[in-house]
This record gives sequence, C-alpha cells and structure tokens, in this order.
Amino acid sequence: MTQLITFWVLALLAVGSAAGLIVRRNPIHGALFLVVNLASVAGLYLLMRAEFLAAAQVIVYAGAIAVLFVFAIMVLIPGKEETGPDPLRRQRLMAVPIVGLLLVLVGLVLRSTVLQGRPPRTPVPGRTVHLARLLFTDYLLPFEVTSVLLLVAIVGVLTLAKRKPS
Amino acid sequence: MVPESYYVALSALLFCMGVLGVLVRRNPLVIFMSIELMLNAANVNLVAFGQRHGTVDGQALVFFVLCVAAAEVAVGLAIIVSIFRLRRRLSIDELNLMRW
Repeated sequence: MTQLITFWVLALLAVGSAAGLIVRRNPIHGALFLVVNLASVAGLYLLMRAEFLAAAQVIVYAGAIAVLFVFAIMVLIPGKEETGPDPLRRQRLMAVPIVGLLLVLVGLVLRSTVLQGRPPRTPVPGRTVHLARLLFTDYLLPFEVTSVLLLVAIVGVLTLAKRKPS
Repeated sequence: MVPESYYVALSALLFCMGVLGVLVRRNPLVIFMSIELMLNAANVNLVAFGQRHGTVDGQALVFFVLCVAAAEVAVGLAIIVSIFRLRRRLSIDELNLMRW
C-alpha cells in the first residue's frame, strides 16, 4: 500500500514535470523541470529495487547532464527563438492529435500482447551484486566498448568546441 | 507491490510527452531535453520488464543507455553551440541546409 502511494506520487511528479518541460517557454525552466523528472524516475528505480540505477541516474542524469544543459543555455542566450510568429503553427498544432493517436496505439498494443498472462514468477534479483556480476561477465565486451564510446564523445566535443568560426 | 503494467503505462505516457515536445517546440535545446525524456521512458520500461521476468539484464541495458545518452548530450550540445556560433540564431526551422 505504501509502495502504491509512493508510485502514484512519483508518477504524478514525473508526468507533471514533463508537461512543464513541454509547456514553459523559458529553456532554463525546462532544464529545472527536467531535473525534477529525472529525480522522480530515480525514485521509481528505487521502488523497483534497482538501487544502483537510481544512484547512477542521480549522478549521471540529474547531475552531469542537467549541469551541461544549464551551461549550454547560459552560453546560448535563450528565449529568443520562440517569441516571434510561428510560420509552421498549423503543423505544430497537428502534432497534438498525432501524439494522442500514438499513445492510444501504444496502449492497445501493450494491452493486447505484452502484458497478457502471468509472467514466470522467479524471485527478483534486483541487487547491485547481480548487476555487477552480469556487467563483468556476460556484458563485458559492451562494457568495454562503452568506454571507447565515451572517449570518442570527449574527443568529438573537443574538436567541435575548438573550431574557430571562419 | 506495484504491478509492472503501471510502470509500463507510465513510461508510455512519458515517451509520448517526449515525442510531443520534439514535435511542438522550436528551441533545439528543449528538443534535446525532450529526447532525454524519451530515453528515460524507455529505461523505466526496461527495468520494469526485467523485474517482471526476474532478471537484471534489463538493468544492464539501462546502464548502457545511460552511457549512450551522456555521450549523445555532450556531442549534441557541442553541435548546437557551434551552430549558434556560425549563425547567431537558434531556431530549428532555419536549419534546413541538409534537407533533401
């Protein structure tokens, strides 16, 4: 019962902050809403007994990525783009019913296929130990490739940022 | 114990809100944030299904998605900053140079 209440509170926080991110004009408000959303998703991970992921979510997403966004917004002088008249307003308004349709379709597919029937009820090994063991045995190669990916990202960002405007 | 279907429904909702943000907004930074929203929704889904099947494979996948998202944000923001340096404006509708 407590878990259900916690879930509803976190879900409302997540959905509300996502709505705030879409609705608010100022990107810095959007970034703060994004932080709230990521933190409530971290809470959901805790609720699902994924403690390591909750910690990683807070450190990587709500920490590093949010700071990156705030820095970028401060560099880029925000809020100038969405004040003028919108030449594509009709197309943008059409996005709302299309996304509604997408939501209905996803719901129908999930109801009819994936969530039918009871799953095999094995004891849930949500512990960090299991995750670590899995990452360093079965997923060792992807794990190492990830480090190469991060290196590529660092080098790419440096080259992009160093280039002088000609 | 919260049923997994609740998590899946929540993640579907969050994903659709991310899609809406990408389609509706004009600021590339906000579009990026909406993409993060979609990635997060997918992560919630992965953890929920992993819990349903009693494995941690879903969590391992979420770990990799986290790394890819971090790299993607860094490179994407660098691209946006350099576009802003070149053109002094930042509207997604004007960036149609590579459009077919």
